[in-house]
Amino acid sequence: MAELFEKLTMYLQYPFVRYAFIVGVLIALCSSLLGVTLVLKRFSFIGDGLSHVAFGAMAIAAVAGLTNEMPLVLVITVISAVLLLRTGQNTKIKGDAAVAMISVGALAIGYLLMNIFSKSSNLSGDVCSTLFGSTSILTLTKTEVWFSAIFSLLVIAVFIFFYNKIFSVTFDESFARATGIKAGLYNLIIAVVIAVIIVLAMNLVGSLLITALVIFPALSAMRVFKSFKAVTICSAAFSVSCALLGILISILAGTPVGSTIVAVDIVGFFIFFTAGSLKGGVKR
Amino acid sequence: MSLLTCRDLSLGYDGNVILKGLSFSVESGDYLCIVGENGSGKSTLMKTILGLLAPFGGSIRTGDGLQPDEIGYLPQQTVVQKDFPASVWEIVLSGCGNRMGLRPFYNKEEKRIARENIERMGLTPLIKRCYRELSGGQQQRVLLARALCATKKMILLDEPVSGLDPKVTSGMYALIEDLNKSDGITVIMISHDIGAAAKYADHILHIGDGYFFGTKDEYLKSDMYRGFFKGGESDG
Ligand SMILES: Nc1ncnc2c1ncn2[C@@H]1O[C@H](COP(=O)(O)OP(=O)(O)OP(=O)(O)O)[C@@H](O)[C@H]1O
Ligand SMILES: [Mg+2]
Repeated sequence: MAELFEKLTMYLQYPFVRYAFIVGVLIALCSSLLGVTLVLKRFSFIGDGLSHVAFGAMAIAAVAGLTNEMPLVLVITVISAVLLLRTGQNTKIKGDAAVAMISVGALAIGYLLMNIFSKSSNLSGDVCSTLFGSTSILTLTKTEVWFSAIFSLLVIAVFIFFYNKIFSVTFDESFARATGIKAGLYNLIIAVVIAVIIVLAMNLVGSLLITALVIFPALSAMRVFKSFKAVTICSAAFSVSCALLGILISILAGTPVGSTIVAVDIVGFFIFFTAGSLKGGVKR
Repeated sequence: MSLLTCRDLSLGYDGNVILKGLSFSVESGDYLCIVGENGSGKSTLMKTILGLLAPFGGSIRTGDGLQPDEIGYLPQQTVVQKDFPASVWEIVLSGCGNRMGLRPFYNKEEKRIARENIERMGLTPLIKRCYRELSGGQQQRVLLARALCATKKMILLDEPVSGLDPKVTSGMYALIEDLNKSDGITVIMISHDIGAAAKYADHILHIGDGYFFGTKDEYLKSDMYRGFFKGGESDG
């Protein structure tokens, strides 16, 4: 035990380890915020599609030899989010099909591009880290750290500012629209924020595991709490705790960060699931 | 100019016309009841008036400076996802959403309005409860309180008393009448309760095979009214 503690204090002396913690916590926090909206609105499929788009964009950025891939990935993902929202509004079936096409298409093209143009000797390693997150977020460059921190704070600010509108639009879009709330605008804002979150979360857990980071906190909190505010606060706390614990374990045990965090999320979900059933059982 | 004017309106879903050639107008302070059989297109008409559905043809014009954010709405059915976490307070307060423009948080006045409407609907003891764990009638009252919060000039109610017990129903009618008479709020209400329509409304829109629009007195003398009742009697 003391040995572990010593190891940890040693690690924490490095600034990049501290950065990793800060960035990890911020990303975990903002990815949990829109969880309820994503789970309960048809946005969940957009979220899934977008993570694949982000993967494709990452491949393009890598092929183009950009040193900092994030701005390009961000722009492509945000544009796709807006487009997907547009097509999704026409009719349900067409929208779903469009998302499926775009997401598998992006995945295939992304891998193809990486395969053809990659100069790296470790191709499968590259692909793997884009899909499942870097083996450790300790490898983030300083620019990436700043980028992630600034955009996370931005997402949190936007979420707080539009919190009440997001509730209205998520709970009952028809009512919001009928009573003169600009539901289209807020849907757009939600889609853009989701895109930003996905790009941020890619750094932490990779594009395949993003959905887990977004959905587990919300699903867990919904087991126990019954108001939107309580669920939002609880899922934020849940996500941050799981991320902290996950990063800690991954540093000490040398496991991959992304999957460790998701594993912790899963354990957390089962704890909340049980707690929810017990609580419900007592009431009934 | 009228508060709301519909001219030669045709409407429906996905290219299927349900109603066509509908023209009527609503003046400020009117109390209009829309009646008709199940599936005749009453709810569809209301959604079209609110801009939730695009009409196939004709025009809907608002006048007297009526803005979309001055309208309250009670939908017939609200599809709320099974697990949605939302308390009574959060839902009723969200009715004030159209009052706040870009401002991020509700102010004291809006919270007061929400509290008042919760009280009016007798929901105060349930204020912290989760919406989806309420009974059908209680849920209906929550949505009514929300609609009242959103109302400034006009309220559209799609079967407001369905699922309410007799006591709450009569309270509800009294409340709507009071809104209409004392606050001058224009009421458009869909109802199957012909008795109440005849008692409270001043105008009737009857949709069926063709349509009737006019004052209540004209309606009570019309063939459509008699036909509606005869049909009802021979069915039962
Ligand atoms: N979402 C929808 N998509 C396609 N058709 C619909 C939809 N909703 C209703 N309809 C059809 O439109 C017609 C009119 O429906 P509407 O809900 O307006 O009837 P209504 O007059 O309100 O009836 P009720 O008294 O039962 O509430 C019905 O024939 C119905 O089948
Ligand atoms: Mg109806």
